[in-house]
Amino acid sequence: MMSTATFRIWRGNASGGGFKEYRTEVESGMVVLDVVHRIQATQANDLAVRWNCKAGKCGSCSAEINGRPRLMCMTRLSQLNLEEPVTVEPMHTFPRIKDLVTDVSWNYRVKERIPKFVPRKPDATDGTWRMQQADVDRVQEFRKCIECFLCQDVCHVLREHHLHDKFIGPRFLVYAAAMEMNPLDTQDRLGDLRENCGIGYCNITKCCTKVCPEEIKITDNAIIPLKERVVDEYYDPLRRLFKVFR
Amino acid sequence: MSSIDVPLHDGGFGKTARRDRWWVEPLLVFLGFATFIVYSTWAALQGNNYTYGPYLSPFYSPLLMTSAPGWWPSLVPFSAAMLILWAPGGFRLTCYYYRGAYYKAFWADPPSCAVGEPRKTYWGERSFPLILQNVHRYFLYLAILFIFILAADAYRAMWFDGHFGWGIGTIVMIVNPILLGGYTFGCHSLRHLAGGRLDEISAKPVRKAAYDCVSCLNRKHMLWAWMSLFWVGFTDLYIRLCAMGIWRDVRIF
Repeated sequence: MMSTATFRIWRGNASGGGFKEYRTEVESGMVVLDVVHRIQATQANDLAVRWNCKAGKCGSCSAEINGRPRLMCMTRLSQLNLEEPVTVEPMHTFPRIKDLVTDVSWNYRVKERIPKFVPRKPDATDGTWRMQQADVDRVQEFRKCIECFLCQDVCHVLREHHLHDKFIGPRFLVYAAAMEMNPLDTQDRLGDLRENCGIGYCNITKCCTKVCPEEIKITDNAIIPLKERVVDEYYDPLRRLFKVFR
Repeated sequence: MSSIDVPLHDGGFGKTARRDRWWVEPLLVFLGFATFIVYSTWAALQGNNYTYGPYLSPFYSPLLMTSAPGWWPSLVPFSAAMLILWAPGGFRLTCYYYRGAYYKAFWADPPSCAVGEPRKTYWGERSFPLILQNVHRYFLYLAILFIFILAADAYRAMWFDGHFGWGIGTIVMIVNPILLGGYTFGCHSLRHLAGGRLDEISAKPVRKAAYDCVSCLNRKHMLWAWMSLFWVGFTDLYIRLCAMGIWRDVRIF
């Protein structure tokens, strides 16, 4: 069924901008990205929006819809109150390029400097390894990440305090956890997590977990286990003593 | 670490584009914690009405001494609860769930997700005083001890003058260590100690089973935290009101 709704979309670039109101026809089954495309096609041909798969798998169309970090392609209009204008704006945590498009390249620079995966010697003579399914399962959850960076956007350490030079954010703590908990990996990242990655900045608000479209339990399964490993290494005197005598 | 040039947006305390009632959750957390803190402090300072028949309030268990020892400062009012409450209190204070909850509700750091904060400075848990939160696992060891002590209290609550029986208070006291156990044995630190620290957990089947059990409880850690918090306060209240003659404990058999 066709009806009309009002969308307030942020228009501008790195030097500034503001919300512009668009009234457009909407129909059942539409998602916010459909509406943005309709507005782009009919009212604002120069509206910039990054998108790709329209299936919640590429992580391109991250934005803030009515103040909540979400994927535009996974936000159905039926989830929103169309009686009042729906606001769509770019992510706050990253520099704005144009309209809904932000520069997320900081994330790629962060990823480059996290100590890489270093596998142990192959288990078999043919150069392959053996892993039990139970050990695979735990790290497999982290591989679901689509790098939409919504968790980075909502994290108050980055969003409010702009500690980009001291804290890598939840996405890369998940990335580090995927390698750190991998039974094949021999790299020790705990010192780096504590000193350079700033894991101590996380104060466990679980906002990252709440916005994750892949429903990765970021805080419970990645960040807190990493914090505990850092405690093992640096803040648990009994464990350190035990290691000396072992 | 790579730096970034993001102009600070026009923030401010409570500023957000969110339309939902984001303030309800931190407000409820604030009211819940504040109520418990006020009540438990008051009850701990009373120093009386903590037993009724075979029942002993969890705020006073284990009952180490009933009068002030010689070394107790004369200016500080004595209560047996003050000798022990620091241990379960410390466990909750440093709990990963509670930390996230009270940073939001009491310190607005942040007030809620994607909502503006009142302060621009931020230290996190990497410097004093919050770096002390890393002591959590030591409070866990004490909290586990308390589960067994409270379970023993629940057993003693089944014996009325040497005769086996159950009153409503017995049920209240049995539920208490069950809920506290659900909370304590689902602790994130215990999950790590049970097996989370191992990369190849499949090689240690006993620890894998323990890890799976703790993980199972951990999935509802928030629920266990609130239920056990409420019930431990209610257990004290029940015994206190019975001791004061306001409520009457009904014997079931």
